[in-house]
Amino acid sequence: MSSMTMSPRIASWLQATPFTLIMTCLVMVPLAIILAVSFMDYGFAEIIPEFYLGNWTDLFRSSLTVDTYATVFRQLAMVWSITLVLGFTISYYLVFHVRSNMWRAIFLAACAIPFWTSGPIRMISWVPLLGREGLVNQALFGMGLIDQPISWLLYSEFSVILVYVNMLTMAMAGPIANSMAKISPSIIQAARDQGASEWQVIQEVIIPLIKPGIVVGTIFIITAVMGDGFLVRAMSGNQMNTPAVAIMNEINAFQFPPAAAKSVVLLVIVLGMVGLLLRFVDIRKELAR
Amino acid sequence: MGTKRTTSFYVLSFVFAAFLIFLYGPMFCVYLLSFQGPEGGMSFPMRGFSTVWFETLFTAGGRGVGDIHNSFIRSLRLGAIVALLTMLIGLAVGMSFRRRYPGGNFVFYSAIVSMIVPGIFVGFGISLTLNMLGMRPQWWYSGIGAQLTWSLPFAMLIMFIILGRMDKSYEEAATDLGANSFQRFQYVILPLILPGVIGMFMAGFTSSYEEAARAGLNIGTGNTMPMELTGLLGAATTPVMFAVGTLTTLFMFTMVIVTLLASWSLAKRRQLRLTAHHA
Repeated sequence: MSSMTMSPRIASWLQATPFTLIMTCLVMVPLAIILAVSFMDYGFAEIIPEFYLGNWTDLFRSSLTVDTYATVFRQLAMVWSITLVLGFTISYYLVFHVRSNMWRAIFLAACAIPFWTSGPIRMISWVPLLGREGLVNQALFGMGLIDQPISWLLYSEFSVILVYVNMLTMAMAGPIANSMAKISPSIIQAARDQGASEWQVIQEVIIPLIKPGIVVGTIFIITAVMGDGFLVRAMSGNQMNTPAVAIMNEINAFQFPPAAAKSVVLLVIVLGMVGLLLRFVDIRKELAR
Repeated sequence: MGTKRTTSFYVLSFVFAAFLIFLYGPMFCVYLLSFQGPEGGMSFPMRGFSTVWFETLFTAGGRGVGDIHNSFIRSLRLGAIVALLTMLIGLAVGMSFRRRYPGGNFVFYSAIVSMIVPGIFVGFGISLTLNMLGMRPQWWYSGIGAQLTWSLPFAMLIMFIILGRMDKSYEEAATDLGANSFQRFQYVILPLILPGVIGMFMAGFTSSYEEAARAGLNIGTGNTMPMELTGLLGAATTPVMFAVGTLTTLFMFTMVIVTLLASWSLAKRRQLRLTAHHA
């Protein structure tokens, strides 16, 4: 790779080749294959490579499609608004209120450590807390607030949202904190000197400057919630149906072409939402800053 | 912000403390309940303390344990290879971005697409592609490949950030002193970006160890850890799953500490060598 014998452009191409091959062959081509298969016929556990529109007509005729999307959008709205408020509050505290760098590092590490435990274990860890005989019910019972256990704490939409918030708040807080750390202290000092209150500084100075962070965090939340089937299945006790769960069920039943059609719809929606968000921020410029 | 702590500081401290309890509460339940007595169940109260659930875990064919030993070994093997490949390929693509080149934007945005597209679609797409080609999934090509689509974009971002912040004048100084491109890489760039390189290895390992959406359909026979645990979740009736949680957390903890110590001692050795040269 000596620059004396090779032009820099060719050196760059060679360096990027393995990466680009993997992204092309294992992401781009497979996504195109999903689209192709969505127009194919199928038999029992096999794909019949003949043009067939049935997967698509079934999908648009089914009332299940609308129901699953209503469910996932409701969940997304709740998870997004909670993680946004919580993630903003935590980042704001860590960046602007914690003064010592050491404590900031310790607090950040403290937020990251629980994620070293594997996902499925973190899901099951809610059973001793929220179950019928869980700590929350025991405590409420002990205080005389209830006379029989609350059953909607676990295997319900409540537990799905709670665990999403538990797992995804840091995905929102991270990009926001990153944007906040780039704000020059002198800007905030200037606003303070002009007599702005803390709340006015947040509204007029900080929020406009952290929009890129909010956009990136929102993208993480959208892809995580829209694309997840595992968490919903585990935390709702297999009682909730989202588009991703429907796709996973069909894949498990070897019904690949209808699963492919559903995948295309979900993908177009996710990529459309993300594409819309990316119009507000230049990721490449943000990263290099 | 000022010198005196405002009310908002105390309110926010309280919110942050509550958030930490929200994060750690369930985890402490896992650690504590993994030492549940032999008569105890998956909920409190503790019926005595014992290590009986750890013993069940290490007994071949223990109840509720499934194929967890082999799954763990499979996950380690997969994670180590994915981490190594992530580090090497990520380093290469990162170096390519040090100059602008035609197609560079395509490379960058293909990584962004791979990060944004939910994992099940990448996994499903790869499995359909194999199906069309008449190939059977095997962990050592489709399994590793599927996971690289998840770990590599992160590696690229790490390199992007770390090379973007590197002071170019060191490199220019080396060139002025007559260093060729190999020497520049070995003696100037690599030492400066070493934390990022180790970071890519760690990111590769942890993302592989946790990943199931992409690899699940493409791993061939034999579950990895997250797949096996998800399978056991539904049928879990005893605290044995909590014992798994305690042990795997301990394992990850050790991994991270060892990596941190390794990168710290590497940095220190470099420092010593540099001072020796100056003396």
